Amino acid sequence: MVWKDLLVERRSKETLNALFFFGLLLLFVFQFALGPDRERLAGTLPGLLWLGFILSGLLGLGRTFLVERENDCWEGLILAPGDKSAIYVGKLVGNLLLMLVIEAILLVLFGFFFNLDLASALPGLAVVIALGTVAFAAVGTLFAAMTAQVRARELLFPVLLLPVEAPVLLATVKATEAVLLGETLGSVAHWLKLLAAADVVYVAVGVLTFDFVMEG
Amino acid sequence: MRSLLGGVTLAGLVAGLVMGLGIAPRETTQGNVQRIMYLHVPSVGVAYLAFAVVLVASIVYLVRRAEAADRLAHASAEVGVLFTGLTIATGSIWGKPTWGTWWTWDARLTTVSILFIMYLGYLLLRGMIDDRERGARFAAVLGIVAAFNIPLVHFSVLWWRTLHQPPSLMKPGPSMPGIIAAALLVNFAAFTLLYVYFVIRRVRVLRLEAEAAA
Repeated sequence: MVWKDLLVERRSKETLNALFFFGLLLLFVFQFALGPDRERLAGTLPGLLWLGFILSGLLGLGRTFLVERENDCWEGLILAPGDKSAIYVGKLVGNLLLMLVIEAILLVLFGFFFNLDLASALPGLAVVIALGTVAFAAVGTLFAAMTAQVRARELLFPVLLLPVEAPVLLATVKATEAVLLGETLGSVAHWLKLLAAADVVYVAVGVLTFDFVMEG
Repeated sequence: MRSLLGGVTLAGLVAGLVMGLGIAPRETTQGNVQRIMYLHVPSVGVAYLAFAVVLVASIVYLVRRAEAADRLAHASAEVGVLFTGLTIATGSIWGKPTWGTWWTWDARLTTVSILFIMYLGYLLLRGMIDDRERGARFAAVLGIVAAFNIPLVHFSVLWWRTLHQPPSLMKPGPSMPGIIAAALLVNFAAFTLLYVYFVIRRVRVLRLEAEAAA
């Protein structure tokens, strides 16, 4: 499953290209909305960074199962032998990789446009981003499977996902802020533990309930 | 039976109002404003009870596929959202004179408002799906995710910031005179009865709707 999705993505690159362009646009929008004042930008940067991740994540994740719909592979997925949770894990890993690539690109763009010193903060930042992205993708993949089968899916997907991800957003933004200010990971250990707990809970619930989402 | 429960609930609510507004003493620092606690605290208690019922009913539905469990989850979520809204409203009214503002991004305010939008989304999802069986399945999954999310929301928001006065219930002895505790308990009981009454009525309506559609 992972293999198939990655292959499709590598061949077509359509999601990746579109998301890359979207990320670039976001940067411009942020810059226009906040003006050239460096001081103010610095204060809001962690929030902006995650806003960028989440907005591009919403677009990317929302498409997860639509691809199957558009290409009439939905029935094939449902009829596939074996445990449905394998589909979930496959889609989750695929989404995770996609999001991580996008986030890496966005991070570099942010560093470039807002003149950030990323090199020193990078190891800490990587931990925070990895933990946060797992939590985001775990619920996102589950909800994407549900909303793919519903009316007004483009609307419903973010409306369901964003409130549930509120704790993840709080934790990642706070942790990113600390890391960018040069603090150690130890000073935000409680946030990292919360993110790890969220990862475990979300993935577990996703694996256990995915069967019910894919029934018909 | 139902009207008996309704009568008892009404009596309980009246008794709660009398206890809270009349018999309980005037709080020394906040004055009469503090009496809104007798509505505020039971509302939030019942809201959490309602969401716990949603979780249990959702699991039962997925395991047993009993439509009754689905209707219970639906009704309980609706009543839970109602009481969460009531909590936010009474909290706002209480906050204006004591904190000087209707709204602040204090920890528990934020937690309750996140719960509010999370379960509003739950009701929205239910409204969006025409296929009854699929709607029930998806809603059950969302009900489970949302319930497991509550502790995460709680701690994240708590660490984010806090300004709210510490909970007045769990503290031992002298901080709360017996008469205030008694008034609060009466209101708790009355609100719980009100919750049960609402849910029973709502489940009945949902069942009749399903029968009419069939």
